[in-house]
Amino acid sequence: MKPTLKKIYDWVDERLELQDLIKFMAKKYVPVHSHSIWYYFGGVSLFLFTIQVVTGILLLMYYKGSEELAFESIQFIMSKVAFGWLIRSLHSWTANLFILTAMIHMFSVFFEKAYRKPRELTWLTGMLMLFLLLGFGFTGYLLPWNELAFFATKVGTEITGVVPIVGKPILQFMRGGDDVTGATLSRLFGFHVAVLPGIFTLLLGAHLLFVNRQGMSEPLHYAETPEKDRKTMPFFPNFLLRDLLFWLIVLNVLAILAVFFPWELGTKADPFASAPAGIKPEWYFLFMFQTLKYIPAQIWFIDGEVLGVLAFGAAGFLWLMVPFWDRQSSAGESKRFVNYIGLFVVMYIILFTIIGWLA
Amino acid sequence: MSDIPDPHVQQDKRDFLKFALFGGLFAWLAAVIFPVLSYLKPPKQAEVIVNSVKAGKIADFANDSGSIIKFGNKPVILIRNPQGEFKAFSAVCTHLECTVQYKKDLGMIWCACHNGKYDLNGRNVSGPPPRPLDEFRVTVQGEEVSISKKS
Repeated sequence: MKPTLKKIYDWVDERLELQDLIKFMAKKYVPVHSHSIWYYFGGVSLFLFTIQVVTGILLLMYYKGSEELAFESIQFIMSKVAFGWLIRSLHSWTANLFILTAMIHMFSVFFEKAYRKPRELTWLTGMLMLFLLLGFGFTGYLLPWNELAFFATKVGTEITGVVPIVGKPILQFMRGGDDVTGATLSRLFGFHVAVLPGIFTLLLGAHLLFVNRQGMSEPLHYAETPEKDRKTMPFFPNFLLRDLLFWLIVLNVLAILAVFFPWELGTKADPFASAPAGIKPEWYFLFMFQTLKYIPAQIWFIDGEVLGVLAFGAAGFLWLMVPFWDRQSSAGESKRFVNYIGLFVVMYIILFTIIGWLA
Repeated sequence: MSDIPDPHVQQDKRDFLKFALFGGLFAWLAAVIFPVLSYLKPPKQAEVIVNSVKAGKIADFANDSGSIIKFGNKPVILIRNPQGEFKAFSAVCTHLECTVQYKKDLGMIWCACHNGKYDLNGRNVSGPPPRPLDEFRVTVQGEEVSISKKS
């Protein structure tokens, strides 16, 4: 180290005892085994989050969150602001990639049973962040105030309205009134840039703290291999450098997507126009959208929509609670049953997404 | 009287303090939460009550076509069937509130969001809509077409 740098380092070290941190970093090991690749998806999600924060703040410099100006302000960003098209496309593409990597991360944790004791809280914070991501997607989708977004928001909020008792107040809370109007845009804008990021950051802090406190989860089969055969890799610098390489690749993919497939803006929302043909939600809501299409309007005496929404709610809750009902995994036994449920869910989501996409 | 306080009095004091402190805390919480919740509930806006609107001239609407007409703050679909007769319905799909359109090739009212179909009398004939569309009255005076609420 150069003498001046060394001086600065020593000054900080004297006050904050950096040595302890370095010792902690040096002791961090990542298990090496045939499933190690899944360890990279949490890190890359974190990277995509930072891209969203940076591009989001940049968009805030020009975006105007009102019914009259929202669409025009994005048009302005895309056509007049230097590199505005790049920033906006990056934000939209990253949003989609982020949800994808977070889902891969979540499913890999599920199938590796990494949620088992003692990592229940890491799973909970992670799942809550995934729900928030869907919230980010839903609220952010309306912000350009285009035709597709207008009707997607109408349908999306109307669906919450069908839930008994709490539905109606929640619908009014989200819409800022009875209809989707400029008031809805203001509210969802507030959620998207202030409420959700605040909660997300707290959860992310807790999630990372837990991961660092407990170290990487080891798969069940890894624990069975004899101590001498277990391979590990130092987190710093070996694993971190691999992480960075993956991030760099993802950044390049994003750049290619943003440059060659710029995100469309569509036409401005008009509350007095018919919903356009071929309208459908973002891909991560498609499987639910498609399912609701198949449920008849009335089952016995219950409204079909209500049943569908409640069923998805219950399924999401069970999924969130998996560390608490899958006791066998916590006891170190691998349970086939849980894998079959997971496999069914993955197949269901993929199948219905494809059907929804083609329909 | 001794210097040591009576344990009963001591306990009473504690209970009183607990009650006062927690009571105060709850009162404070209520005083904070109530205004916040009330603030979040959107105020009722004075709505202009519209009973009838002028849609346009007969010549503006071709046979076998549908147009969305602004009726207060709600959309209404005005349909002129192939025979030249007018009909009007609320354009808000009874399923999830998308705005419907006239589909010429089917001769039906169609909602693009979830493929709901209504016939030209506004009856829900296929797809998820649970109810027919509300009908409006169409009156033609001379060349002028107007739409009004059915009483």
